Amino acid sequence: MVRDFSSTGQKNDCVSRFCPPRKSCHDWIGPPDKHSNLRPVHFHVPEDESAAEQKLRELRQETQEWNQQFWANQNVTFRKEKEEFIHSRLKAKGLGLRTESGQKATLNAEEMADFYKEFLSKNFQKHMHYNRDWYKRNFAITFFMGRVALERVWNKLRPKQKTSS
Amino acid sequence: MAKKICVTYSDHLEDPPRELDMEAAWNASKQWVTFQHFTFLKRMYVTQLNRSLRQQIKPKSEPVASPFLEKSSSSQAKTEVYEMKPFAPSTLSLPRKPNETELIELESASIIEGSVDVGKETKDEKQWKEMKLHVDDLPGILARLSKIKLTALVVSTTSAGFALAPGPFDLSCFLLTSVGTGLASCAANSINQFFEVPFDSNMNRTKNRPLVRGQISPLLAVTFAACCAVPGVALLTWGVNPLTGALGLFNIFLYTCCYTPLKRVSIANTWVGAVVGAIPPVMGWTAATGSLDAGAFLLGGILYSWQFPHFNALSWGLREDYSRGGYCMMSVTHPAPALGVTTWTFPVIALPINLYISYLGFRFYRDADRKSSRKLFFCSLWHLPLLLLLMLTCKRRGADRDSGEPQS
Repeated sequence: MVRDFSSTGQKNDCVSRFCPPRKSCHDWIGPPDKHSNLRPVHFHVPEDESAAEQKLRELRQETQEWNQQFWANQNVTFRKEKEEFIHSRLKAKGLGLRTESGQKATLNAEEMADFYKEFLSKNFQKHMHYNRDWYKRNFAITFFMGRVALERVWNKLRPKQKTSS
Repeated sequence: MAKKICVTYSDHLEDPPRELDMEAAWNASKQWVTFQHFTFLKRMYVTQLNRSLRQQIKPKSEPVASPFLEKSSSSQAKTEVYEMKPFAPSTLSLPRKPNETELIELESASIIEGSVDVGKETKDEKQWKEMKLHVDDLPGILARLSKIKLTALVVSTTSAGFALAPGPFDLSCFLLTSVGTGLASCAANSINQFFEVPFDSNMNRTKNRPLVRGQISPLLAVTFAACCAVPGVALLTWGVNPLTGALGLFNIFLYTCCYTPLKRVSIANTWVGAVVGAIPPVMGWTAATGSLDAGAFLLGGILYSWQFPHFNALSWGLREDYSRGGYCMMSVTHPAPALGVTTWTFPVIALPINLYISYLGFRFYRDADRKSSRKLFFCSLWHLPLLLLLMLTCKRRGADRDSGEPQS
């Protein structure tokens, strides 16, 4: 994977730019993404990948992208709306965005509580759908992992049976 | 003119870094594109010291400690020690011709830029860890997965329940109860973490959990949970009594299948969580007596009440994380009225506790025997810390309210 020195934008696709050592046959996990806080995984594709293994890998890859999108959007929206809330409240109180000492003006805990409550209730349906989908995916991934593990154990045992008979 | 040093990279560089002349150095510069291969293969660190471009490769002859042995968080992992040996400029032979000098300056500028990018990307790359489980790390990982400290606290409440219960103290029964409850708690905590991976990633308190960091696979976490739950519940059912076993199983179900998903649906999760916390001492009681009687319910009731200030105090500081993560907690949904309530909840919650210790005191006074004295003693152990905790909780929230009022 050739690195492009001219690119300056360090986007969320650090997974695609990461290249594990050739000798490694495991997945690699990276640092938390700055928007979604989720750690990207670079999935290893073995040469003798079975159909079940491929299905598992693709499901994990797709879930990772889906999760990344949801949480990046969630966190960015939260921060943006929080800033807007602070600005509007400060404006309503007739205060500037900075205090006399030059620090960024903030609201106290009670005032912020209004925002936290509002954000939670506004996004309730979105969270419900996300929860449901996350649980389904998590169970599916774990189930397929179990299936793949059993398959591997079975394949290891089978040649031994052949030689013994 | 900027003095620049380039070094060649090779797959099998075992020798110490050599000083090269500039001609070989230009060849080396073209090999920057395959830089990343070598970075990982031999774990070489290239550091850039300000703008004078003194670069040094430190070849590591043996692999560093397994990434999973790192106990520190990812941010601490960034601070790695670099050994820096500045190159003596006299070792370089620089070209004398003026046109070559210009060429050198041009190329050096582009390589500076490239090396800055590479420096940043190398730093990012170093934070990538191989998802390979080392057996040495497994105990630590499983301890964190099962929230071992919380488990220890749960087992201690069960022991307290066992000790407080009437009847002779049976050591073997006591040990079986403790181990069984501990295993059940490990199982429940592991499943909880298994369900909550993306949410845990987004909260500061929980972002270093094993599943979040990829130190263990979800399959292994579930397998471990099953390997704890089955022997744990079996031990309680057949080693102690079926009632205790049933309570243990019910508690696992309540915590993993009710409380955990409910956290994101409704504030009722706090009440369910309080029941989860109250059941272990009741289990201790039923293990000793074999039945659910008034004493068991009283003990459970006390711990049920205790859960509220305990949890509300914890969640007060986490409101932002909870809101962003989509958790329905009272501290987020009912903040202001809750503050006003604390002043009278304290005596209300403290009342049953004080009543109980008074009752035990009266029993001891009347009976003046070993049994009642032991009961009173054990009660006194937790009575005072519990009251202090309650008072502290109420006081802290009152202080927050005071600081929140605008200065007039």
